[in-house]
Amino acid sequence: MTKDYIIDIQHLSKSFGDVKVLDDINFYVRRGEFITLLGPSGCGKTTLLRQIAGFIAPDEGRILLEGKDISGIPPHKRPLNTVFQRYALFPHLDVFDNVAFGLKLHKIPAKEIEQRVKKMLKMVSMTDYEDRSVDSLSGGQQQRVAIARALVNYPKVLLLDEPLAALDLKMRKDMQLELKEIHRKMGITFIYVTHDQEEALTLSDTIVVMNEGRIQQIGTPTDIYNEPVNSFVADFIGESTILNGTMICDRKVEFMGHEFECVDEGFGENVPVDVVVRPEDVVISSDVEGSQFSGVVESCIFKGVHYEMFVDTDKGYELMVQDYDSFEPGSKVGLSINPDDIQVMRKERTCNTIEATVEDQEHVSMLGCTWECSVPAEFKSGDEVLAEVAFDKVDLLDNQEDGKLGGEVHFLLYKGDHYHLTILTDDGDHLWVDTDDIWDKGDLVGIDILPSDIKIKRKNG
Amino acid sequence: MVKRSNWSIPYLVFMLVFVVLPLLLIVLYAFQDSAGHFTFSNITHFFSDSDSLSTFAVSIEVAIENTLICILLGYPAAWILANRKYNRSAVTVVLFLMPMWINALMRTLATAELFNMLGIALGKGTLLFGMVYDFLPFMIYPIYTTLMKMDKSYAEAAEDLGAAPWTVFWKITVPLSLPGVMSGVLMVFMPTVSTFAISEFLTNNKIKLFGTIIQENINSSMWNYGAALAFIMLVIIGITTLFQGSEHGEVEGGLI
Repeated sequence: MTKDYIIDIQHLSKSFGDVKVLDDINFYVRRGEFITLLGPSGCGKTTLLRQIAGFIAPDEGRILLEGKDISGIPPHKRPLNTVFQRYALFPHLDVFDNVAFGLKLHKIPAKEIEQRVKKMLKMVSMTDYEDRSVDSLSGGQQQRVAIARALVNYPKVLLLDEPLAALDLKMRKDMQLELKEIHRKMGITFIYVTHDQEEALTLSDTIVVMNEGRIQQIGTPTDIYNEPVNSFVADFIGESTILNGTMICDRKVEFMGHEFECVDEGFGENVPVDVVVRPEDVVISSDVEGSQFSGVVESCIFKGVHYEMFVDTDKGYELMVQDYDSFEPGSKVGLSINPDDIQVMRKERTCNTIEATVEDQEHVSMLGCTWECSVPAEFKSGDEVLAEVAFDKVDLLDNQEDGKLGGEVHFLLYKGDHYHLTILTDDGDHLWVDTDDIWDKGDLVGIDILPSDIKIKRKNG
Repeated sequence: MVKRSNWSIPYLVFMLVFVVLPLLLIVLYAFQDSAGHFTFSNITHFFSDSDSLSTFAVSIEVAIENTLICILLGYPAAWILANRKYNRSAVTVVLFLMPMWINALMRTLATAELFNMLGIALGKGTLLFGMVYDFLPFMIYPIYTTLMKMDKSYAEAAEDLGAAPWTVFWKITVPLSLPGVMSGVLMVFMPTVSTFAISEFLTNNKIKLFGTIIQENINSSMWNYGAALAFIMLVIIGITTLFQGSEHGEVEGGLI
């Protein structure tokens, strides 16, 4: 079964100091596949790639190459090659010697080296550059040489660390197509790291979406785009509006104050869910009567192929809509969404659940400080309990000093009529907050919770 | 209105008086006899005088030996200092470079005393010891800065392509740090040729260097011949810097 997997990563974890960069990573790579590790900066994707290359040793877990554990093998003995982000071409060698570097180390006859280097330079369209010094090459040309230098060794897997990040847009698009072509011609497995979702969708057979050291979703580009498993993936891949909703029963979901038919089943009845609506999936028309709901166009911008409009819906939500036709701002429009264009996701959480310790009947300690609240009589001092706080009951203050504790806005999501923020407290705990106020990522905030909004519950198990 | 370019006038005057003028004087004296008439005799005298020539040869020999020893000792030291695995503290680097801040004469006198105390006879060995001791930091520092500035991804790329650590060192680290070595050589080789204090104190003038004979001539009021010797040395320095400049482009990571 595992025979088809050229790389199999099992329970890989890595910490730098106190920071857990990778947390229990599991996935496999099929032979010949183009797989992309996609995520925002700091999500651990590069660390993961460097572990596969052998530059970083994992704390826990194993990396299997064709079924053999390579975790203890140094980089120079791994049959893998890397294309580095900044190319890392050797400045004291010319193009030919750069590409021939690996072959010379492996004591391959000079004649064969020459053949292979020439063949590879031809593949990356750099035939006439053999004698050029690498400093005289443009970014795109250096990129090609770096790819040739890695591929000439016929590695079992080619690792690419954001190889196109330093190129301008036009060049990047061209190189994407070429990379895809090279992958097809060589049949070598590619593991590609990028933070550019469009690049990932264009190039990959499989995408591994990562955030904060964890894998969020693994799937084909269409799977990931059409059926994101959580709000992070939905928000990160493509444009989308993510809304709070309620699954009324199978095939029926309520959001934005209306009931919609959908194709999802098995969530249960009256379960809170997240609903993802892609802007291109909203059908907009001047026919208000025949539509599911209505709204007033707030803004309309021409984006080249389509118009991007923000519409205020009849129940006070803001919805992004893309259409080939434009509608004047201020005009009343009808809106509909087809059942199979509504993506319903289970909510990861419906309120903050925080581990706490009872101090006395009026106080608990949690998140590194003491909080006033009413503790039910059944608990006594020293009991380990759970404190529940609704998303909209966490107060955020402009000054860190004004709050009970400080934190930083870590991630934000617009949910049509309010923002859903992830706050990272100074002690490294997470809090999720619903607010109408506008905050930016990285804002420092003070955090406060009213005593009446803290609900103490028994810890299960 | 005062033009901003006028601000450079004090510096220009300084350069003129303390750099350009002395150099011109050296050239002037070198091509004059004691009566002030133009002549090549000072230069021709040097090339026909076997004593001067052999002193010159000894100087070059000592300078080459000193430079080689400095590279052999300085390179590994710089490499260890620049390697985060072995050294994470800037203090160690400062400790290595500290001798540079102490007057060379004082260090040399102290070294001579040390040899006296230990009863070691002064000669070629003690001369080289003193030279290496004096000039080693000037070799370590430029190599250290080039190694520190070197992009670590080069070594990683080489390793990734199959090079064992030792091969990475010889094929990547050493060639890429050559500019540092070159500027180290510049800092060590020429000053060694012209030094006279070290040979005076550490060999009791048994071994004379080129610097020594310049100093002796000037001291005994043979201004013209002394200037001619200084001129010859300037030409040599000029040639070596030109040679290095053309071969390696800009000398990076240097101290100069």
